[in-house]
Amino acid sequence: MAMTIHVDIVSAEGEIFTGMAEMVYAPAVMGEVGIAPRHTPLVTQLKPGEVRVETEGGKEMLHFYVSGGILEIQPHVVTVLADTAIRAADLDEAAAQEAKRRAEDAMANRTSEFEYAKAQAELVEAAAQLRAIERIRKGKRG
Amino acid sequence: MAGAKEIRTKIGSIKNTSKITKAMEMVAASKMRKAQNRMAATRPYAEKMRNVIGHLFHAHPEYKHTFMIEREVKRVGYIIVSSDRGLCGGLNNNLFRKLIKELKVHRDAGVEVDFCAIGNKALGFFGRVGGKIVSQATHLGDAPHIEDLIGTVKVMLDAYTDGTIDEIYIAYNDFVNTMTQKPTIEQLVPIPPKADEELKHHWDYIYEPDSKEVLDNLLGRYIESLVYQAVVENGACEQSARMVAMKSASDNANSLIDELQLIYNKARQAAITQEISEIVGGAAAV
Repeated sequence: MAMTIHVDIVSAEGEIFTGMAEMVYAPAVMGEVGIAPRHTPLVTQLKPGEVRVETEGGKEMLHFYVSGGILEIQPHVVTVLADTAIRAADLDEAAAQEAKRRAEDAMANRTSEFEYAKAQAELVEAAAQLRAIERIRKGKRG
Repeated sequence: MAGAKEIRTKIGSIKNTSKITKAMEMVAASKMRKAQNRMAATRPYAEKMRNVIGHLFHAHPEYKHTFMIEREVKRVGYIIVSSDRGLCGGLNNNLFRKLIKELKVHRDAGVEVDFCAIGNKALGFFGRVGGKIVSQATHLGDAPHIEDLIGTVKVMLDAYTDGTIDEIYIAYNDFVNTMTQKPTIEQLVPIPPKADEELKHHWDYIYEPDSKEVLDNLLGRYIESLVYQAVVENGACEQSARMVAMKSASDNANSLIDELQLIYNKARQAAITQEISEIVGGAAAV
């Protein structure tokens, strides 16, 4: 029987693959790596590309696209911490700027949603006041 | 037969309301199940990551990342996870109440606070209260994606790396079970030291390109995954809270209908009795 290695491919949003394999290929930043069972422990970053898993018996080759992530290897376990999002320093920076801008917008304008929330709060308050007044009136009459 | 018609319309309108709340309850119940599955699906990633990070720290006790170093606290950041929509009972309010208590402690100690709002309710609340919101993410939907959070979290982490803020906390609702959601505030950065299990093996990884770069990369992802997990968990809480709130609303509507039905029957009966006695009186007079 051929030797096998356990493979876990997980992303932040869910498990993608788990099972046994005879060989795993992954696109590491320093070049593609092929991992056979009893590989020496290794941690590396992945670049966008394809992770290929040769399943038991070598019958099947499974392909998984990853847009980056981390690869961790131990003699009997390979873990791919895959990114589902496309990551790059400048992209992240743009996303951060966007998040900041949105917050600033919301702080500056305080329109639409703020107004809506505020109006809603005021409405609830007014309704409560009305109820209280009504109760007081009824109490006086009764 | 004075009030009878009014009572009847009132019963009608309450019935309509109860139909809506009943429908919302059932929608929330099915969404909750999905959200719970999503919650379970995010666990393996964070677990695996924790393992690798734990191992790295054991292998390199001398290297301290900025996220590990505690420093004097002058300004703290809070990432607040809330729901986008209302009608979910006291879910958001309980969280905000707990938060306000903590904020008061900071204020008394002269520590300033920055906010990062996730979800409409947090944005609205801290907009009204007048906190300084540095970043936000809203309308994440039922199935939030990590892409939508990267920027928001990065603003906070960058501020930490710059030294603008000295601690980052996250506030969200912890999903205990369908009936219970626990408002939780946890420290994200500096990563609180854990009483880790002793690692018996004395081997080390090969790092590509090198250990520091890998660790930096890992820690950023780790924080993101924690925030993502909190968002997903809060989503499950929202649905279950909504389900419970809508169930009690439907129950209340039903008991109100029963009560009104009784009043209506009495009024009807009284009107009939009155009519009969009038007829009898009239007949006697003739």
